[in-house]
Amino acid sequence: MNPVITVDNVSFRYNDVPVLEKVSLAVEQGEFLGIVGPNGGGKSTLLKLILGLLKPLQGAITVLGAPPEQACRQLGYVPQFVYFDRHFPITVRDTVLQGRLGKTRPLLGYSRQDRKRAVAAMGETDILDLAQRPIAALSGGQLQRVLIARALACDPEILLLDEPTANIDPKVEEDVFDLLKRLNEKITIIVVSHDIGFISNYITRVACLNRTLVCHTTSPISGGLLEKLYGSPIRMVHHETRLSARIKENGDDHEQLP
Amino acid sequence: MNSFLDAVTTQTFMQNALWGSVLASIACGIIGPYVVVRKIGYLAGGIAHAVLGGMGAAYFLGRSPIGGALITAIGAALLIGWVSLREHRQEDIMISALWAVGMAAGILFISQTPGYNVDLMSYLFGNILMIPRRELYFIALLDIGIAVTVLLFFKQFLAVSFDQEFARLRGIRVELFSLLLLSLVALTVVILIQVVGLVLVIALLTLPAAIAGHYTSTLAKTMLLAILLGLVFTCSGLALSYQPDLPAGATIVLLAGCGYLFSSLGRKFHRP
Repeated sequence: MNPVITVDNVSFRYNDVPVLEKVSLAVEQGEFLGIVGPNGGGKSTLLKLILGLLKPLQGAITVLGAPPEQACRQLGYVPQFVYFDRHFPITVRDTVLQGRLGKTRPLLGYSRQDRKRAVAAMGETDILDLAQRPIAALSGGQLQRVLIARALACDPEILLLDEPTANIDPKVEEDVFDLLKRLNEKITIIVVSHDIGFISNYITRVACLNRTLVCHTTSPISGGLLEKLYGSPIRMVHHETRLSARIKENGDDHEQLP
Repeated sequence: MNSFLDAVTTQTFMQNALWGSVLASIACGIIGPYVVVRKIGYLAGGIAHAVLGGMGAAYFLGRSPIGGALITAIGAALLIGWVSLREHRQEDIMISALWAVGMAAGILFISQTPGYNVDLMSYLFGNILMIPRRELYFIALLDIGIAVTVLLFFKQFLAVSFDQEFARLRGIRVELFSLLLLSLVALTVVILIQVVGLVLVIALLTLPAAIAGHYTSTLAKTMLLAILLGLVFTCSGLALSYQPDLPAGATIVLLAGCGYLFSSLGRKFHRP
């Protein structure tokens, strides 16, 4: 199978601070790849390089057989929502419609077909009843669904999400990942997260990033790997238990070392 | 009040002033919401003050001040916009510099112009009662240009104002549309200078849109309400100032300020 994304020996630095060094990664079609690692480990940077928002200092990236800046219209991107104004006067429907930019006509408003596609995307993410709400009135989990719907509205071949559960509570977190699991039946998904434990239930493969790609494996994450990644011993939440069990055990010593 | 209505029905200058108010309200209602959501009030203020340089130069050269204003406003908008896109950290300094340097240049030009000295006060604080008919046509043309551009590129302007990174990923030319939007802000500034003068422009550009934003949840609705509010403030400001012979521009701005204060307080106390 041909990889849909190839990252070949890529290095990147902000001014003099090296963020990524000689990272190579191939993503196959239909994968659900998790990119995990400590804060400042270069996860979001790698995502932005794949999206073409940043250019690699060294190395090359190919997305869907083209350079990232050409392929980016085929990608659905779900940013960390802390970066935009939550009080912007815009409804859920108009936010989702923005996913149609680049595929819709350049002048005047959106076409009927755009609106249909936006409704379909809102249906997929279960937010049709919120369509007329201003985004300022949404909870964190609802807004996350809106951003996923916006990314889906452009009919992406690959969906990339940056910390999709950073600002929402664990119950909603599970909903969001169940939704992604469902979407993964049709499209390739890459999720960046610092929450290693939780996503391991959903993803098909994990890439651990701390400046270099530390591990790159299909096997379950082990404590030894985490230590290598974070540079210090890490207590690991065991995720065989489902969420209800996690909550019940909360407050007790529910963490166990592997 | 009666004498105001008399003046409206019989005096050409008052009819012109009313038309000027209507045209200015339309421009500030359409562009004001962008200034508010993008939080570029200081930038708009910088453009407005820099414009004095262009007006002064045009006056010195014996040309029409409004033409000088137009060229300087667009030039300042593009310069600030370009600096802000390339070197965002320098934006604040750039605006401050243009603000003061523009005014200084304007005052030098005006002081060196032979003959009667121009009424500097009417540049600074506007004189809507002196607005000539041909300038109204010019303002109407600018209004149409602003309205048509916003109608054509509404999607792009919304995307660029809301989430630039996402807009870029969808293939929107973010730099182009940011600069185009700033140029529209510049045109609006030129229109508003006729009504309230360059010092008070910023009030009409932000207050009606900010009040409208209290009650609406989409940018389009904010625009419509801001146009209505602009009409209320400018027309009632004209009416109130006429009888006691108060400066019209200052009265309009004070009304808008009171409107904003009451609307904000009302929201604060009506919220649970």
